[in-house]
Amino acid sequence: MIRIEKKSIINPLTLNFFKIISFFIGVFISTLVLKVFSINITDFLKDIFVDAFGSKYAISETFLKTIPLIICGIGVSLAFKMKLWNIGAEGQLYIGALGSTLVALYFKTDSSFFMLSIMFLVAFILGGLWSSFAGLLKTKLNINEIIVTLLMNYIAILFINYLVYGPLKDPDGFNFPYSKKFPPQAALSTLFDTRLHTGIILAIILLIVYYILVERSIWGYEIRVIGSNPKAAKYAGININRNVMLVMFLSGGISALAGFTETAGVINRLQHSISPGYGYTAIIIAWMSGQKTFGIFLYSFFMAVIFIAGDTLQLNYQLPISMVNTFQGIILFVILISEFLLNHKISFKRRKDD
Amino acid sequence: MENSLLTLKNITKKFGNFYANKDISFDVRKGEILTILGENGAGKSTLMNIITGFYMPDGGAIYINGQKVYFNSPKEAIKYGIGMVHQHFMLVKNHTVFENIYVALKDKNFIISKDHYIKKFKSVFDEFNLNIELKTPLWKLSIGEQQWIEIIKLLINDCNLLILDEPTTLLTPQETIFLFQFLNKLKEKGKSIIFISHKIKEVMEISDRITILKKGEYVTTLERDQFDEDHISKLMIGSTIKKSVKKSPVENNETILEMINVSAKNDKGLSDLVGFNLTLRRSEILGIAGISGNGQKALAEVLTGLKDPVDGKILLNNQDVTKGNSRQKYIHGIAHIPEDRKAMGIAPDLTVEENLILKNFKDKKFGTLILNKKMVKKHADLLISKFNIQFGIKSAPVRLLSGGNIQKVIIARELSEQPTILVALYPTRGLDIGSQEFIHDTILEHKSNGMSTIYISEDIDELLKICDRISVIFRGKNMGYVDPTNTDIYTIGKMMGGAITSD
Amino acid sequence: MIDIIIDTTIRAGTPIFLATMGAILMEKSGIINLGIEGLMLIGALTGFYVTFISGNIFIAFLSAAIMASLVGSIHGFLTTYLKANQIVSGLALTMFGTGITALFGKGMVGEAIHGLDRLNITIFKSIPILATLFNQDIIVYLSIFIMILLHLFLYNTSIGLNLKTVGENPYAADNAGINVNLYRFLAVIVGSGIVGIGGAYLSVVYTPLWIEGMTAGRGWIAVALVIFSSWDVRKALLGAYLFGGIAANQLRLQAIGTNIPVQLLQMLPYIFTIIVLIFTSFRSDTKTESQPEALGLPYDREDRI
Repeated sequence: MIRIEKKSIINPLTLNFFKIISFFIGVFISTLVLKVFSINITDFLKDIFVDAFGSKYAISETFLKTIPLIICGIGVSLAFKMKLWNIGAEGQLYIGALGSTLVALYFKTDSSFFMLSIMFLVAFILGGLWSSFAGLLKTKLNINEIIVTLLMNYIAILFINYLVYGPLKDPDGFNFPYSKKFPPQAALSTLFDTRLHTGIILAIILLIVYYILVERSIWGYEIRVIGSNPKAAKYAGININRNVMLVMFLSGGISALAGFTETAGVINRLQHSISPGYGYTAIIIAWMSGQKTFGIFLYSFFMAVIFIAGDTLQLNYQLPISMVNTFQGIILFVILISEFLLNHKISFKRRKDD
Repeated sequence: MENSLLTLKNITKKFGNFYANKDISFDVRKGEILTILGENGAGKSTLMNIITGFYMPDGGAIYINGQKVYFNSPKEAIKYGIGMVHQHFMLVKNHTVFENIYVALKDKNFIISKDHYIKKFKSVFDEFNLNIELKTPLWKLSIGEQQWIEIIKLLINDCNLLILDEPTTLLTPQETIFLFQFLNKLKEKGKSIIFISHKIKEVMEISDRITILKKGEYVTTLERDQFDEDHISKLMIGSTIKKSVKKSPVENNETILEMINVSAKNDKGLSDLVGFNLTLRRSEILGIAGISGNGQKALAEVLTGLKDPVDGKILLNNQDVTKGNSRQKYIHGIAHIPEDRKAMGIAPDLTVEENLILKNFKDKKFGTLILNKKMVKKHADLLISKFNIQFGIKSAPVRLLSGGNIQKVIIARELSEQPTILVALYPTRGLDIGSQEFIHDTILEHKSNGMSTIYISEDIDELLKICDRISVIFRGKNMGYVDPTNTDIYTIGKMMGGAITSD
Repeated sequence: MIDIIIDTTIRAGTPIFLATMGAILMEKSGIINLGIEGLMLIGALTGFYVTFISGNIFIAFLSAAIMASLVGSIHGFLTTYLKANQIVSGLALTMFGTGITALFGKGMVGEAIHGLDRLNITIFKSIPILATLFNQDIIVYLSIFIMILLHLFLYNTSIGLNLKTVGENPYAADNAGINVNLYRFLAVIVGSGIVGIGGAYLSVVYTPLWIEGMTAGRGWIAVALVIFSSWDVRKALLGAYLFGGIAANQLRLQAIGTNIPVQLLQMLPYIFTIIVLIFTSFRSDTKTESQPEALGLPYDREDRI
């Protein structure tokens, strides 16, 4: 007979430790899938290590991928803190990229600071408005935000496709689906002679702001109360609908900033596939980190390594980049299982005198 | 014993390190009504969940007709003819009465043969003179009617042992009498009944024997000729119940709060309060008696700002506070002990400290933008020691506290700002006697400081004990006021059933 | 003209119709599955692959159903026996399904198969619209048959009633001797199988091609249509065909070469789904009553009281 009992108190440190362990177990199980394609796992792991940490360039590339993950991770975490399932960060990222692009291409200024600030602001506001639509439907009509934010990803991505194949297409681009290149003052400066750009500083500032806002401020307290128990929040005089709107706006606005860093910092133009799924990955980051500041940073970094692994697979082994999704799915499954094992005591017991 | 239907031997059940049941042994005879009497927390519910197969015991054995049995699930208990009416009904409110009874049948055919079963269920309904339409969705039934459905589910399954968990809580005294007559009829037919209660008076009336549990352990079983209220309560609690508390009379007749013809609707758009009138005087405890579901919840919600009235007026010190800013201000000054502690009163994932500022976190002393952790801690330490709140790890979420301690967190928080009015909705429900008395004492203490209380409860004994006046709510209307010093439980009972009496 | 519209509507609507029915079955038991998109892809690749190597369409659809059931059982197991968060588990399923099909489907890209033939019910041949309605492939008829079967199951059988009780009030179900977790687990498995057939229809009949990520959000639209249909499989038919109509006419507009850019036309189904959700919300009274009360909540016997 199997007996399952709930454990009442678990040390949060133990919990986090085992979460990280299960992350790696998930990675290990994922690599087993690669066996099917007769890939030597040891070689593959070596390749990943070299590609992610093997040189200054490799490390900078890993951090380069960490930037949009942190930013989207913060955006999604903010919503999760209030138990709002914003799974539309991917689309919001694209909208942010669009906002930045429009400013970069049509706003004339020679000041880089001015240019980048406006790009930043427009990306933030457009992304915020975009996600606010889901907030509006939730507060006014009680429509589930999960489905709406998700469907809006498709709309956003198709809209960007339309623009880069149509009105925004670079006339001198040999018919490639991308916009004109940004003027130099619309580019974030790079660091250490690598592709790593100042967006990393933005990401860290956002992490600090997130920490203060959510974990230390009175407004953050309100958000946490709503997330924990909306009825108690209502009863404490906290305006839930106003906060849903505000958080949806901020969540989308922040996620959109990843679109700003990707266009201004990496590709310097708008094109049809800006993100290999950073916005979806942010959901995993927000969930695994428990929406804690350091956790967001840590898991963003881990996920960046997974994306590097995806690149490695694509370049060295000719496998599709979607392998990253397989990794992510498996990792999530493993963590869900380990969460159960950590929260429950399982024992095997025989019936007495039977 | 020859005559035993059910025998328990050394039943033990642990939750973590806590013994909910420890070495409990007794038996239930054929054709008797046995009451299990004990305070909240005595282990009655856990024990019943073991007998009905919901929980598996950690130790001990169950015998039916002398034969040892194991229940891995409620299904197996039903097979042996054991059925239970739970305090929280096991009914599906979106399903029809028919579906609710049918789903509980122990033997079902693959295809539902509606006509056959409709006839069968109808005949049972007729036998007990119940006028309930089988096609009605369950949520349209009154609580009393729903309880009948629960009992009928057991009878249709030929249960020989019926367990009723606090079945009178939701009934009027008159309905209770009807239920008792019915139980006696079942007894005559040879059925055994386990009746669970903590109300000594009603238990003495109905039981053949009484088994007393205390703190998870078996105390004794009394035969009918040994029944004695004082003696039983001593066995149950360890001391006799305090019969009365000292009531300081209400000094003046100054009205502090007035509700005039207030109406409110629930989520389904049905009326919960219909032209409700009420006056509350300064430093009085006004009891609101009534069967659950007659508008108590709406009343509390309207008074505390969770729900806006659709009609009528609320006056505070003769100032209209029905709408707008004045209502916001009024709400801020109201203290509230909500019905469902875990669902309403706390943010379960936050710590005790954080929960203690839920009411006044906007207060400048806790900071303007950034929460001042020192002040939060200072505020908490004071209340924790004053109200003797006990908890384990400081950073642990409040949901891990016991029910009594959660209630203390809520009360500490609500009364910390010296409110003029307290609205308490079933504040002692589900608490042990010690915690109940603590709550009564705290409210009485604040009353002497000038606080007025609207005390909503379904426990008439409790209301008679602490209230200065009692009014009765029935179908969203105030049926009038009575003076607890010269009113008996049956007068109030009649009003709870809809008879109008005015003071 | 009208016949072509009806025909394309049915063919575009059928995959979503099947997926919606699968989702309804799961949700009736109280389990939300946001992995429908992933399951459809699993079904699509399996169906295509088996058709490609065996040419046997019957086996292809059967394998698609079995494979989707197997993968869906992960979600079923996690959310019942391991009490995992249903939203996270469902999203994981979608990610897994998207990734794994892209990986294993690499070799199938660009391959061609012979799709499914139509089954003409000849007695209606001369009646205009009926002729089209009854000139469909067997899976279309099967989807209608599944709808009738599910409806009869949910409203006329004991285990159907048990299943609904599990989704409404698992404590009551448990009390009545119904194995809550087993019912939910099986509902997810069977539901996933139906979703898998929907996916296979897409790759074996509708296109018939394998393209990475070819469901393009149809799984999400199915999740939305569950709400639109108030958890009623008959209304799911209406919703899915409505969607099919939009999708089909969008394709027709592309085909006849309008000036509207293709990407904007491709957006229509998603915009339409959101609009449908908005209109559905106006009947909020029906929604609150038809949504299974325990939807999304894990069941733990020792949690009550």
